[in-house]
Amino acid sequence: MTQAKRAPKRQPISENSEWTFELLETYDKEIARIAKEYRLDTYPNQIEVITAEQMMDAYASVGMPISYHHWSYGKHFLQTQTHYQRGQMGLAYEIVINSDPCIAYLMEENTMCMQALVIAHACYGHNSFFKGNYLFRTWTDASAIIDYLVFARKYIKDCEERHGVDAVESILDAAHALMNYGVDRYKRPRPISAEEEKQRQKNREEILQQQVNDLWRTIPTAEKSQEAKEKRFPAEPQENLLYFLEKNAPLLKPWQRELIRIVRKLAQYFYPQRQTQVMNEGWATFWHYTLINTLYDEGLVTDGFMMEFLNSHTNVVYQPSFDSPYFSGINPYTLGFSMMSDIRRICEHPTDEDRYWFPELAGSDWLESIHFAMQNFKDESFVLQYLSPKVMRDMKLFSIMDDERKMHIHIDAIHDEMGYRTVRENLARQYDLSYREPNIQVYSVDVTGDRSMTLHHYRQSNVPLNDDTTEVIKHLRTLWGFDIYLHSINEQGKTIKSYSCTRNSVDQSEQLELNEHQI
Amino acid sequence: MSYIIDRRLNGKNKSMVNRQRFLRRYKSHIKKAVTEAVNKRSITDMERGEKISIPTRDTNEPVFGHGQGGARHRVLPGNKEFQAGDKILRPKGQGSGGGAGEGNASNQGMGEDDFSFYISKEEFLDYVFEDLALPNLVKKTLNEHDAMEYRRAGFTATGTPNNLAVVKSMRSAQARRIALTATSRRKLKELTAQLQEEESKDKDLINPTKLAELRDKIAKLEEKIKRVPFIDTFDIKYRNIIKEPVPSTKAVMFCVMDVSGSMTQQIKDMAKRFYILLYLFLQRNYEKTEVVFIRHHTSAKEVTEEEFFYSRETGGTIVSSALELMADIIEARYNPAEWNIYGAQASDGDNWDDDSPQCAQLLRDRIMPLLQYFAYIEITPNAHQALWRAYEDLQGELGDRFAMEQITGADEIFPVFRDLFSRKSLKEAV
Repeated sequence: MTQAKRAPKRQPISENSEWTFELLETYDKEIARIAKEYRLDTYPNQIEVITAEQMMDAYASVGMPISYHHWSYGKHFLQTQTHYQRGQMGLAYEIVINSDPCIAYLMEENTMCMQALVIAHACYGHNSFFKGNYLFRTWTDASAIIDYLVFARKYIKDCEERHGVDAVESILDAAHALMNYGVDRYKRPRPISAEEEKQRQKNREEILQQQVNDLWRTIPTAEKSQEAKEKRFPAEPQENLLYFLEKNAPLLKPWQRELIRIVRKLAQYFYPQRQTQVMNEGWATFWHYTLINTLYDEGLVTDGFMMEFLNSHTNVVYQPSFDSPYFSGINPYTLGFSMMSDIRRICEHPTDEDRYWFPELAGSDWLESIHFAMQNFKDESFVLQYLSPKVMRDMKLFSIMDDERKMHIHIDAIHDEMGYRTVRENLARQYDLSYREPNIQVYSVDVTGDRSMTLHHYRQSNVPLNDDTTEVIKHLRTLWGFDIYLHSINEQGKTIKSYSCTRNSVDQSEQLELNEHQI
Repeated sequence: MSYIIDRRLNGKNKSMVNRQRFLRRYKSHIKKAVTEAVNKRSITDMERGEKISIPTRDTNEPVFGHGQGGARHRVLPGNKEFQAGDKILRPKGQGSGGGAGEGNASNQGMGEDDFSFYISKEEFLDYVFEDLALPNLVKKTLNEHDAMEYRRAGFTATGTPNNLAVVKSMRSAQARRIALTATSRRKLKELTAQLQEEESKDKDLINPTKLAELRDKIAKLEEKIKRVPFIDTFDIKYRNIIKEPVPSTKAVMFCVMDVSGSMTQQIKDMAKRFYILLYLFLQRNYEKTEVVFIRHHTSAKEVTEEEFFYSRETGGTIVSSALELMADIIEARYNPAEWNIYGAQASDGDNWDDDSPQCAQLLRDRIMPLLQYFAYIEITPNAHQALWRAYEDLQGELGDRFAMEQITGADEIFPVFRDLFSRKSLKEAV
């Protein structure tokens, strides 16, 4: 192992801002060495240098190195391209993929300093988060994702050849619309692997179809008919809509079920990322800051390098206040970085306040504590556990109550002794996915009648559904094949609003009738 | 452990297929935008891309989400003067609170903004020409050309000595020699080996008879190999050069339009679009395309594009004056052996009554023998007049090379254009 020499005189790795592959390697080696001293456990890194055009390609396919073809990716690509070419936006410095080896893209336009920042941020920050955090450990399989994408791409391409692009597209469109409702929230999914997938897929097709046929068997069973009427299907409300459709939609062909499954698997893969945005970015930002500063302390980088680094870092963690025209919600980089840095501060230099609020944390080994925090929390619980009064004061967080029935917006709590707990609880709730997304469940299916499906939306604090709803239930109908009813129910159990998508059976036309009525 | 990979040389158009999928899905929108652009552009200004705008609501990908309303908490940064318990007026125009957290900040931020992007000039023209049966016309017209070109077409066994392909001939001679002597050489090798073995034996053990026999056989085989000729007549190859008709690469297009008082700007705009289409078609198929604009009322005049479309004139109508001028210009400047000549005439159908037979006469005798194709469009919702009837007779005689159609509105231009050109392909197919 290389021993960390504390050079009395600066002996920087490079003096100017041009990067070369040799320099990248040297920086990576140094950063890796320091990361190891901080006990960052990572997947091997695969650092890929790409051009701006390739970065736009990567953007378009949600960062994945390969993906199936779909018009929506083309739309994102055109959007990025148009904006970038007209100078309306810059591209991200980096994209990192939760895979083993961990793939990180560096843009060739970046300066040496930026490349070092990105290596520290992505290859050691995000990478160790992917490997360490419990959500990623339980829900995603980093070694299999690339293989699975290869399988998915091939499968969808074959389907397009066999059934036509339009047929495939309509299923994918519908599945994408319900993607956020394709996640098992409490059950760990089976690990995915492309090889097994291919073999299992054949068997599954047949078995699945059999089961579906069984459910929809029309030959009446004389004795049980009375009982069947009483029995509700599904027995329990289902929140994983895509899973329910994949397994139970009566008219889908086996390949269509497989397409839904692919979208579902991708949703599952991205699910942890959606739940750990603050932590993930905070962790990566904290480590690029710490790693590069250590490089500086060892005299390996110049003052100019450091100035550029701090400039970029400051841009990343800039938080406009709520009344600024640039405000677009709480910047996850800022919140995450502040909280991570604060954990270190509490461990190393606790105040009396910290000792009162975080008795176990104050004075403990900071490296131990921060690793523990990274491994065992998601945004919601992380905020609830670690948001300290100091961070709330620094960010001047305050909580408002916005009730449409009242004239005024009510200020609940601010960053003071009275309000810390309320602000913290409300902020944590803001990161709770089940609170951020409407709670929609399959309630019942009219198995013996017209096969229509009824869903319930359970309102929280009477917050209604958005205007897309009618479009989404059209997609639902595409997959289910029969009429859809969606009732929006308030906390008192009263139906406030109903949506439906039915086929007009009178004139036998293909026209769908969309209904939306307020009760 | 890290690997650094340089991917910069990998393909950069990974999103090409997705982009095409997007264009395919919004074809109708794009086509509409292209059609509008065609109307706005100058006749020779078609060779560039176009900005396409699609309403955001059409490209939106719907998902379930929270709408506005209800009661909810929000935590915001940057408090300045608020205290707990304060009441503030709801900011106007922002609705109630926007959305809870970042989760709802979707792409529909600006409700009315269009989704815009650019298509390249090739894509633009593809949309313009989609569904038009143009290639068939190209094939047909190309065959009618007199100009010939010599071109290489492999090798042949007969030819003149100056076309002798030496390397090819020697190569086939060698191949033949190898093939014909293969068995003999193999045997020779075996015998030589035996001979050497025999000779290397102890003096007493050598069998003189066998030795002689072997030497004899070897000599015979060598003789046999020698007898295979070094070069044979059927080794000789000649470069094959054939004559092929080549299309003349120059085309000229005559735009003839009536600018008499009865032609309104609206009719002229429709004519312009027809000319644009024809111009583009020619330009895609020939290296050089010239356009001659002839406008006429009672007398005809060659003019610039600007004048052709936008200057106002009044007066009666004598179509033959324009046709005469056209014939004169062809004779003076465009030799039919070198040029592909196309004519397109647009009119509202008005003509001096006695002039129509003369027009037909002119076309039949002076112009059509020199032309590839002549298209006449009559832009009028009214009944046909003498000119149409005179031309109708002409169409019977000239068949494929003469086409005429009636247009009543701008939306008919594409169909009529398609009709004019697809008719040929149908006949060809029969």
